This record gives sequence, structure tokens and C-alpha cells, in this order.
Amino acid sequence: MSGVSLPPAGGPPGAPEADPPPGTPAELALEPEAADERGTSLWRGAWRRLRRDPAAIAGAVVVAAFVLVAVLAPLIAPYEPAGAQWANEVTPSSVPGPSDDHLLGLDSFGSDLLTQLVYGARQSLVIGVVSTVIGLGFGAALGLLAGAFGGWVDVAVMRVVDIMLSIPSLLLAVSIAAVVGPSPTALMIAIGAAQVPIFARLLRGSMLGQRSSDYVLAASSLGLRRRSVVMSHMLPNSLSPVIVQGTLTLATAIIEVAALSYLGLGDPNPTVAEWGRMLVRAQDRLATDPHLAVLPGVCIAVSALGFTLFGEALRESLDPTFRR
Amino acid sequence: MLRFVVRRLALLVPVLLGLSVLLFAWLRALPGDPARTLLGERATPAAVERITQAYGFDRPLPAQYVTYLGNLLTGDLGTSSRTGEPVVDSFLLRFPATIELALAALLVAVVLGIPLGYLAARRHGSALDTFLVGGSLLGTVVPVFFLAYLLKLVFAVQLGWLPTAGRQDPRIDATHVTNFFVLDGLLTREWDASFDALVHLVLPAIALGTIPLAIIVRITRASVLEVTGQDYVRTAEAKGLARSLVRRRHVLRNAMLPVLTTVGLQTGLLLSGAVLTETVFAINGIGSYLFDSISTLDYPVLQGFILFIALVYALVNLVVDVGYGVVDPRVRVS
Repeated sequence: MSGVSLPPAGGPPGAPEADPPPGTPAELALEPEAADERGTSLWRGAWRRLRRDPAAIAGAVVVAAFVLVAVLAPLIAPYEPAGAQWANEVTPSSVPGPSDDHLLGLDSFGSDLLTQLVYGARQSLVIGVVSTVIGLGFGAALGLLAGAFGGWVDVAVMRVVDIMLSIPSLLLAVSIAAVVGPSPTALMIAIGAAQVPIFARLLRGSMLGQRSSDYVLAASSLGLRRRSVVMSHMLPNSLSPVIVQGTLTLATAIIEVAALSYLGLGDPNPTVAEWGRMLVRAQDRLATDPHLAVLPGVCIAVSALGFTLFGEALRESLDPTFRR
Repeated sequence: MLRFVVRRLALLVPVLLGLSVLLFAWLRALPGDPARTLLGERATPAAVERITQAYGFDRPLPAQYVTYLGNLLTGDLGTSSRTGEPVVDSFLLRFPATIELALAALLVAVVLGIPLGYLAARRHGSALDTFLVGGSLLGTVVPVFFLAYLLKLVFAVQLGWLPTAGRQDPRIDATHVTNFFVLDGLLTREWDASFDALVHLVLPAIALGTIPLAIIVRITRASVLEVTGQDYVRTAEAKGLARSLVRRRHVLRNAMLPVLTTVGLQTGLLLSGAVLTETVFAINGIGSYLFDSISTLDYPVLQGFILFIALVYALVNLVVDVGYGVVDPRVRVS
């Protein structure tokens, strides 16, 4: 592995940008020798391997489609979301199925099902991305602290992380939502907080692995300050597992939003289309109109699958020891 | 070995203490008067006054924490503001159902997952491998409650092969000793009761076990693949050891370490998944108890639940660590 593995400025399309954790100075990106070695960098090699991996391409396509639908929702969706404009066409025992006006029919409240699904993507994307940024930011900051200083700082930080890990994520989310009250913000904080210990452990473990490596020893013996050894040598080399985890976390977040919605902790605003809530609402009509539950369920699974596929492929392509 | 266990137990103390501080802070962070929060909306002023006295809410925070910790240590988790029953009693009554479900799910995951993962690694690159890897990917992205619905819809409602809800047919007059229904049937020799409880467990266990199953398949596969490529395996083969012996003693034993860790880490997943599964299948465990408590914001129950789960989680991981020590002698020394 070459000494420098900064993501190329252009970045492979679709690869998640590594948000510098709070406290990371901008000097990271300005490291002069980084530019010279890009040709042989880990990321360049990874990009080459990703392009040849069918699983990565499939994942990237799903992710791209999901993001496009989410961003362009107002253009794609045929109607306004959650309008319940056709509420009078819905009876307690049946829901109008597909027609020329409504490609997928109506939902149980009399809104256009396709519109709901399209806008649901938007909600999932926003909550997923924000909560991942929260989890990655705080988690990486903690991991950096523990990994850079070691010693008692490491012990103290890791104990806190252990405590957080000892609460299952769903319960952590429930307790946070209980304090903040159900709202999209609570949802994002809750899902993000549950990811903090995972990111912290990953970055710390990965940085501890770098501490004893030769290039760190070389950099220290050249008289580089610890700050610069940590920030420009150890951190960039430790980031790839964190970035991979970030991609995978997006998948978890999408599923977790649905679970929290199911528990009644989702966005309290009924006019916001959300896949998890659509699933919950469809449960009464499971026997007569299973498509009302199956379609949002499939949307959740497919978008989560896209992120998982891409994240796994990214992990494999970044791991120099992993060859299929 | 004993020293190892004691040391691991000692490490639990700071984690649980820290957790109690967090929970204490959490209760205080809730909006409004803590006594009223504990008692619920309809509490009388006299009751609020009594609780304020009992828990010392009028005293300084450190003193309050000491009281709080003392209550926890004596097993007093307070009283549910919804049902008025002591939280600990409700838990003990409902916990067997959840444990039974979680164990059944874990059994599904381990008994199927390890052989399937091993098979995938042995047939590395084959169609079977691709199928198993693909299937396990799918297994991790399906929301638990969605899967539970689908299973219930297809196998219980439409095909009618399995019961839709509950833990046992109410028409069966079963004696309950431990509240583990399957075990109770065996203990009292009421075989039909035991069998009926088992049948009721099938769908919930599959629903809850799918994610751990998928994870175990993947970890086992990756782990076996990695170990198979190690030098010591080649050495063992080169010196002419029987294939089966190499596989059992060298590959499997070493490959099981990460799998064991993963199984331990599934506990949290199983317990939170149980909340969702129990709700779908109307199982009267702590999951459905929690579900009811969330909507009414029953803080004593929520708090007790978190503490309970954290304790179980910590203990399971202790067992896993000790198991690790049994499988891998190096762990005991370090």
C-alpha cells in the first residue's frame, strides 16, 4: 500500500465523500505530496476494481436511481403527496387498483400510491444521509481521539463507547425520541447516535493498527509533530473502513426509519410520505390489498440493498488483501 | 481461566455504572417534574409529593443519584405509570416469552447459518455460493416487521399451516411452571402443550432469525475462506493429515472465532427485533410490553427495559468472551 491514500479530488462517482470529522483541519486536503502519488493511490486502484465488479455496478445503479428519484420527486411524481384527493373512492373493504390515472392505484387514505412511494424516497434519503453524517461525524471524532492519543484517553473514550454499544440501537433511538419528542430531527439524532459507537470503534481500531507501522515511525523520527503525523498520515490511511461503513449505514438507517415509524416514533406530520408508515398503515388491509404493504416494503429493501451492495463492493475493492 | 472470568466480570462494573449515570441523566433530561414523569399524567398531588420524598427529588443531584443507584441495586425499578404494577414483576413475568423467542431465533440462525456459510465457502465461486451470498444479502435488508407480516400473511392467513398469533392455543390447558412454554410442557410431560408452543414459535423465530442467519452465513463463509488460505492449513495438508481432520481441527476451529463474536453481537439485534416481532405475532413478552409503553411514554418501563437489556447484553458478551477463551487459548493470556 502506498503511503498516501487520499481520495482523488474528483472522487469516483457514487463513492461517498468522507466528511472530515469535526476537528479535522483543512490542511488534510492541502497536503502537497498527495497530488503526486495519486496515480498509484489505493483509491485509484479501488476505482479500477469497482468498475469491473458487477455487484458494485448493480449497487451503484440502484443508489443512483434512488437518489435521482428522491431529488427529482416533484418532477417524477404525477400528483401532490399525501393529498388524500381521492379519499371518497376508498372504502373500508377495498382500495382502487391500478388505472390510467393512477399507475399503482391509491393508498388506503386516497392518495396516489406512486406519488407516495416517490416522495418516500426523498424522506428516506434525507433522514439516512443526515443521520449517517451525525453518526460518522461524532463517531469518527471519538475514534480519532482514542486512536491518536492512546493511553488513558483511549480507555476513557472506549468505555463510553462500550456503554453506548450496550444499548441496542433501536432502544437508544426510542430513549432519545422520548426526550426530544417525535420529530424528524429526533429521528435523525436517534439513528445517528446509534451509529456513533460503531464508527468510533472502527476508526480507533484502524488507527491503532497504523500506530505501529513503519511509515508512522519514520514520520515521527523525522521529527514531525504528533498532530501532523496523526492528521496527514494516520488518519487518511485509516479512513477507508469508516467510509465503507458509512455506505452500509445508509442502508441500516433506511430500515431503522421504518422500524421507528412502526413503533410510532416517526415523523408526526401525516402529510409527509414515508415508506415505514405506509407499511404500518397497510397492515389492516394485508389480506385484501397486500400490494399496499409489499410495495413500500420492497422499496425499503431494494434501496437498502443498493447501498449494501455498493458498500460491500467498496470494502472489497479497498482491501488489498481481499481477492475473490 | 477463573482469573480471566473474574477480570471480565470486573470490567462490567464501570460499564453498568456509566449506564446508570446515563439513565439517571436521561430521566432528568425529560421535560417536566421528574416525579410527575414517573407517575404519569393523572397522578394526584399527594402521590407526587410522596414520590418526591421517596426518591429525594428535592435534594441535590449527587444525593439523588445515590438514592437512584441504591434503588437499582435493590431491584427497585419503580412502578409502571400505565399499569401501576412494579416494573420488575412485569418483566420477570414476561421475560421468559422473549427469551424463548430469541433463543428459537438464534437456534434457527446458528443451526442453519454455520453449515450454510461453511458450504458456501467450500463451494466457493459455484452457483450455490452465489445463491447463498445473494440470499444472505437480501436477508439483511428486509425490515424485520415486514418479513413478519409476509410470513404471517402467506403461511398463517392464506395457507393456514401455522398459527397466526400467540404463544399457545388457549384451548390447551397447560400448566406453567417456568413460563417458558416449551420447557413447561416437557417438565410436566404435557407433550401436546410443548409441541403446540413450539409450533407457535416457528414463524416468529424465522422472522426474527433471518437477519442473524444472513449475518452468520456471511461471517462463517468469509472466515472459513480466510482460514483455508492460511499457511498452517497448507502445512497440515502437506504433512498428510486426513482432509476431514484438517477441516475439523484446523479450519473450523479457527474459523469459529469471528462467528462466536458475531453471535454475541446479535443479542442486541435479537432483543430489539423481538419488540417488532412480538407485536406482529401478539406474543406477550417484554417486546410488546415496551411497544405499549412507548406510545404512553411510560418512563419507568422504558428505563427498566434499557437497563435490563444492557445487563443481558453485557452478560451474553461475557459468556462469548469466556467461550472465546475456551476456543482460543491465546485470549486467556493477553
